Amino acid sequence: MYRYDEFDERFVRERVAQFRDQVQRRIDGALTEEEFRPLRLQNGLYLQLHAYMLRIAVPYGVLSSRQLRALATIADRYDRGYGHFTTRQNLQFNWPKLRDAPDILELLADVQMHTIQTSGNCIRNTTADQFAGVAADEIEDPRPVAELIRQWSSLHPEFAFLPRKFKIAVNGATEDRAVLKAHDVAVRIIRHAETGETGYQILAGGGLGRTPMIGKIVVDFAPKGHLLSHLEAVMRVYNAQGRRDNKYKARIKILVHEIGLPEFKARIAAELEAEGPSFRQEEVDELARIATFFARKEYETLAPHSRPYERARAANRDFAQWADTALFAHKADGYAIVTVSLKPIGGPPGDMTSDQMRAFADLADRYSLGELRVSHAQNLVLPHVKKDDLFALWRALGEHGLSTANVGLITDIIACPGLDYCALATARSIPIAQAIAQRFADPARQHDIGPLNIKISGCINACGHHHVGHIGILGLEKSGRESYQITLGGDASWNAAIGELLGPGLTADETPAAIERLVDFYLAHRLSGETFIETVKRLGAGAFKGAFAGVSRHEAA
Amino acid sequence: MKLLDRNGLKADVYRRMSEGQFDGPGIVSLAELADGAQPAAGKLGLAIENTANVRDVERHFDSVTLIVIHFPSFGDGRGFTLARRLRRAGFGGTLRASGPLIPDQFAFALACGFDEVELPEGQIERQPVEQWRGALTAFSAPYQQGYRRPRTILEERRRNAPEAAR
Ligand code: SF4
Repeated sequence: MYRYDEFDERFVRERVAQFRDQVQRRIDGALTEEEFRPLRLQNGLYLQLHAYMLRIAVPYGVLSSRQLRALATIADRYDRGYGHFTTRQNLQFNWPKLRDAPDILELLADVQMHTIQTSGNCIRNTTADQFAGVAADEIEDPRPVAELIRQWSSLHPEFAFLPRKFKIAVNGATEDRAVLKAHDVAVRIIRHAETGETGYQILAGGGLGRTPMIGKIVVDFAPKGHLLSHLEAVMRVYNAQGRRDNKYKARIKILVHEIGLPEFKARIAAELEAEGPSFRQEEVDELARIATFFARKEYETLAPHSRPYERARAANRDFAQWADTALFAHKADGYAIVTVSLKPIGGPPGDMTSDQMRAFADLADRYSLGELRVSHAQNLVLPHVKKDDLFALWRALGEHGLSTANVGLITDIIACPGLDYCALATARSIPIAQAIAQRFADPARQHDIGPLNIKISGCINACGHHHVGHIGILGLEKSGRESYQITLGGDASWNAAIGELLGPGLTADETPAAIERLVDFYLAHRLSGETFIETVKRLGAGAFKGAFAGVSRHEAA
Repeated sequence: MKLLDRNGLKADVYRRMSEGQFDGPGIVSLAELADGAQPAAGKLGLAIENTANVRDVERHFDSVTLIVIHFPSFGDGRGFTLARRLRRAGFGGTLRASGPLIPDQFAFALACGFDEVELPEGQIERQPVEQWRGALTAFSAPYQQGYRRPRTILEERRRNAPEAAR
């Protein structure tokens, strides 16, 4: 993985010193609360319902075991012994004190981490495919590009005070695991149809929230060395022309929508033209330097099939069931990518205790070359596991409550923090996720239902990506009561789609039963081998409305 | 109003012409310029909003020595892009940011092409010059290429790289 050189190191240290100074200036009154607010936010510090929340950047979802141990230490020393992984591959602590924040940043800097721009109206932490560099379906490893963007976007002098937050995602595989089309800007590494060279396709204008929009291709192909000039052109058009009169219309998606795709592309072209040649040799050189850190690991030469693994599968049904959901094809023979569920039945999605963090760090050292990943689905990944080791790993995970066999299944629910923590929430999300998971707890039933993504947001801001959930749940508040809107048919893949609203809102108590009706309808109508989303697409969301309506009356609570 | 540049506080030789007749260099708006406003003595400043079109401003480059870009609030970053675009279009005179910027934005402003910042009444009392000057040295070098800064991390890296890698 990437390691800071002396300059990155100095930069992050200077950032900590700057924040210390900013806190001091706030205390002695040089900065007003209004002036301090964006500075605090750009260091990842939010004021939440009960306390401050600190959001730590996990750049493109890559962590080392050493970094995870440092996070465990912070959780113990400055928080309540746990952290929460988010849909943007970051980690949040929910109970830090403002006065401790500079010290926490210092501890993070010790392990080459930071909180830079994890919040605020600026370019946020760049996300990427959690299987980057190891997936068998990869065209090119997206991490060097993501790191290039991390550096370029850090304290960008021109783009630190944008109309609104700005999220960038990068993907280099044929399958989109980074939800590209839900991002303000997305970079997709593709192979040119004629020349075969790899380069960048750029999408813009995606985003969920109040007005969900699917990102559109704005640059068909930017060759290597032309990426940052193109990104700067997009950013410049947005910074100058994005709306600032209404916070709900300030995202780039609204600009693209209001002026139309052709006009938006014309403005990018004009900006590029005015700037002059878009090729930058230094970008090529820097990318090459960064890429050396991500060079292919030294894998052992192994047979593609592992006899110990096959034997363990045959002997242990629970293990086989876990392996069916957790494993993904690795580039190297004899290795597997393992996704570890942070969704134990009845637990808050994405939470991890400090003990689990330390245990997991040890397992990463033992079985995965000391490396792990965070996925946008709020799970963890061990990217380099020998198939021969899978059974031992599974047993060890089980000792720490980390072997739930539900990755990609109905209980692998994405949920934002909601009303339990978030100051903006209109309803709870975590308890809804817990209640649904409990209803479908039976592993055999989950496996029978197959792949199904439920995504829950506690307000219209859609941090839980509910619009692109196969089943989406949005918690609102109606005359003092929580009301949950259910959407069907959303899709977070390259065939991204926004789910369709099924009917009036439900109470928290009614929601799990309504979900069950939808699932039962699917089970009754699926063709052989058809997944939930395939059935929804074939029949249309409308076909499910009857099943849904069966419970859409508010029953007396 | 207080004016400061990278060296600290400085005297403002310009005055807004709308504030009355005055012998020294004056500042006018695009509309006043179109009406033929001219300062009594040589130098001319042009005050624009951060939404101004580069083309409308560009045609006055030869006749103005100062352009003042208005920042309605410190959170409105349009002025940074406008400054960058005016420099790109070839403006070689003095570029001034006028509005309630904060010290933590000073380095950004200079990098985007500004020379000086004009602060509203009372702000420099709260945020003394040392804080503005200090903000300029908070970071030894930035990552981004293509902005007005003495050195960047990429350049430092290149200088550091072994001969063979150059
Ligand atoms: S969706 Fe709303 S409630 Fe949930 S984390 Fe985002 S802002 Fe908070």
